[in-house]
Amino acid sequence: MYLSIYDFSSFFQSIDNWLTSTFPEPIASIIAWILIGVSAIAFTALLGLSLVYAERKVAAWFQLRIGPNRVGFQGVLQTVADITKLIMKEPLTPGTSDKFLYNLAPFLMMLAPFIVIGALPYADGLQVMDLNVGVFFVTAVSSIGVLGILISGYSSNNKYSLIGSMRSGAQVVSYELSAGLAIMVIVVMSGSLQFSEIIEAQRDGWWIFKGHLPVWIAFVVFIIAGTAETNRGPFDLAEAESELTAGFHTEYSGIKFAFFFLAEYVNLFIIVVLAATLFLGGWMPLHIGDWEAFNNIADIIPPIFWFIGKVSALIILIMWFKWTFPRLRIDQLLTLEWKYLLPISLVNIVLAAFITLTGWHF
Amino acid sequence: MEETIISPDGTQEYFINMGPQHPSTHGVLRLVLTLDGEIIEKVEPHLGYIHRSIEKMCEKDNYRQIIHLTDRMDYLSAHMNNHAVSLAIENALEVEIPDRAKYIRVIMDELTRISSHTLWWGVMGMDLGAITSFLYGFRDHEYITEIFEETCGARLTMNYNVPGGVMFDIHPNFVKHVKDFLADFKTKLPEYDTLLSGNVIFLERTKGVGILSKEDAISFGVTGPAGRASGFSNDVRKKEPYGIYDQLDFKEILYTDGDTYSRYKARIDEMWESIKIIEQLIDNIPEGDFQAKTRKVIKLPKGEFYQKVETARGELGVYIVSDGKMSPYRMKFRSPGFSNLSALDRMARGGKIADLVAIMSTLDLVVPDIDR
Amino acid sequence: MTNEELTNTITSWFPDVEFIEEGSQYLTILVSKEKLLDVISKLKEDTSTHFDYMFCLTCVDWPEHFQMVYHLKSSDLDHMLVLKVNFEDKEKPEVETVCKMYATAELHEREVYDLFGVVFLNHPDLRRLLLTDDWEGYPLRKDYVDEINIVTL
Repeated sequence: MYLSIYDFSSFFQSIDNWLTSTFPEPIASIIAWILIGVSAIAFTALLGLSLVYAERKVAAWFQLRIGPNRVGFQGVLQTVADITKLIMKEPLTPGTSDKFLYNLAPFLMMLAPFIVIGALPYADGLQVMDLNVGVFFVTAVSSIGVLGILISGYSSNNKYSLIGSMRSGAQVVSYELSAGLAIMVIVVMSGSLQFSEIIEAQRDGWWIFKGHLPVWIAFVVFIIAGTAETNRGPFDLAEAESELTAGFHTEYSGIKFAFFFLAEYVNLFIIVVLAATLFLGGWMPLHIGDWEAFNNIADIIPPIFWFIGKVSALIILIMWFKWTFPRLRIDQLLTLEWKYLLPISLVNIVLAAFITLTGWHF
Repeated sequence: MEETIISPDGTQEYFINMGPQHPSTHGVLRLVLTLDGEIIEKVEPHLGYIHRSIEKMCEKDNYRQIIHLTDRMDYLSAHMNNHAVSLAIENALEVEIPDRAKYIRVIMDELTRISSHTLWWGVMGMDLGAITSFLYGFRDHEYITEIFEETCGARLTMNYNVPGGVMFDIHPNFVKHVKDFLADFKTKLPEYDTLLSGNVIFLERTKGVGILSKEDAISFGVTGPAGRASGFSNDVRKKEPYGIYDQLDFKEILYTDGDTYSRYKARIDEMWESIKIIEQLIDNIPEGDFQAKTRKVIKLPKGEFYQKVETARGELGVYIVSDGKMSPYRMKFRSPGFSNLSALDRMARGGKIADLVAIMSTLDLVVPDIDR
Repeated sequence: MTNEELTNTITSWFPDVEFIEEGSQYLTILVSKEKLLDVISKLKEDTSTHFDYMFCLTCVDWPEHFQMVYHLKSSDLDHMLVLKVNFEDKEKPEVETVCKMYATAELHEREVYDLFGVVFLNHPDLRRLLLTDDWEGYPLRKDYVDEINIVTL
């Protein structure tokens, strides 16, 4: 049963009608764009703040302590206080750095997530752009982030930063291959690059249950490659505190450092949303084939809550990785990708194509 | 400035300074690395940032005051440093210390060893990236430190040994707390071991990394768990027993691989042995005096006296040259960290920077011990 | 080997080596500066003594002379020996380095150079270790005076 009260598209349609009826045409569009832009940016900023808070609480939970609990109710305003402090800090620029590139790098880091946030589906109808090449757009634009890393390390004129950014550049570029191939498995099985169609194809069950072996392999590969893409978890050699004192963003302070900091968490969010959408059905509630009664009961919970639940579970999983495992060395990292993950992904995609052609999935 | 050397394929070596303030050099140690890409060509330690001229100060202080200085050398084995100096003075004066004092000293020694090794375990995990292990290691370190605080009055620089025995009797709750601690720790230690040594990433980072052969270990004088992991058997508690170690039943841990993983395993196994030693002693502390009578002002007879003690890092040697006065003529501390550090260059060559961090964390350096 | 056997063995190889009787718990021999390397290398190479582990290297500043003290031990035979070398010349104390035989001596001899001023010939890298490179004087000598840093009561 399709509960239309949970459909956001009618809500947005009514706003659009009101705008076009109140203002003449070009101004209505401009106001619409400004509204969408501001809300997307605000959403991203709030997202960054709340993810930082979540990370600190999750880390504290693993480390047998409490985490922030003084500023605001249960420490919720802690990140706001931190960002305020960072904004008010003196922005020190090293004298020998390349000024233009040094200032450009944080913006590049933040640019990619901002754009991609608009292309992702959050609930039924709640999506800024539903491109027909949605998946391709997301993977392509999120690669701009690596430019930010390389430029920041190079322009800082600091040996530590250079080592860190070179390591990170090699890492991100390598793991994009496996991540891309894992995404391709789902695209092959759904037959489309458009997010809404992929989610529609999961109306009778999430891909992780329907497509069996190739999708499981692709899911594991995607989670590993995703944490490596965002320089997180056991793959955070680029900012390995105990070795290079913060790697590629050593020389940044104040608001520029805040950009790097937030960009990492928003990138994490993007990877998790991709995993949740492609493999776990996005905002689609858990349906099992034709079991009408079960599906109707599952539909009562609004899709937005399904989405938040899946995304939260995966975020906690990825944070769990970071606080449990030691770090991999750079050569072990690259070995993992080129000698293990990439061959597995290649074989997997052939397997997925085979299964799709023969129809041997649910 | 140093010359840059250009190798045949056109690349240059460059120098990186892991400066005195760095999250993973445990203490103020400055390392100048010569690197070729990521491969380390040479490691050169620069010492002296925490040199407090303890040996010169010992020439002016009398013997009872020197004990307070020795706490601060290797502060994680503070009790064992005091033990070494007290034993040297007692052997010189030929004073017989009561059994109760001997038992208490050995129990405190082994507790110090466990606390030093749990702290090392926590820091080792943190250096390799598993930051959570830092807090787990400190939790147990805290437990022992609270036991010390109850009995000795201080958490880190205990000052509990005096020439003749221990300064005051143990607290009435001491035996109970130690037994509770042992019961708790015996469940935690297998968990800790599995958390790190059961982890594939950790094994890849430590196996085959930083190999030190047995001849090198003997030549560089690397003692303690780091030397024993290379097959160099010189546990002072077994070879030249002091206190009541000759009456106790424990093994000397020896491994032959000499890599970082063996050094890690050697320390974990040492913790198990220490637990065994404490269990043999904790129920049998004899009654009696806790301090033998010594003169108020101690004057050692003329001559030289050397006392070796096994600290958590290796063999600590106390060498007193006395000319009959109230303060020693020359006091030399043979610190284990000093010799262990000299082998760092040999172990780290040919590896990467990440390997250097792993090697340094298994050497378990405490820089005040090196600089004195 | 016991101390008597060691005494006999060493006397048979180097008849003019003195044995110091009083004041030490280990067997102590006094060697002249020139014969230091010969004695140490023989003690290390020969399998009946095999002193391959040096566990302490230091210097003592007596009023008339400097005295270098080397504590040696054998890792498999478990006997110990103390070797002493006196230099009468306190203006320019020099002795051969033993770091070719014991790698641990490299850092120990640098420390002795730093604090006493004893120059070790043929040392690969003789520089100050614990003090800054431009420090004047040798602090552990008895005649070292420093009004600023040393507080006497």
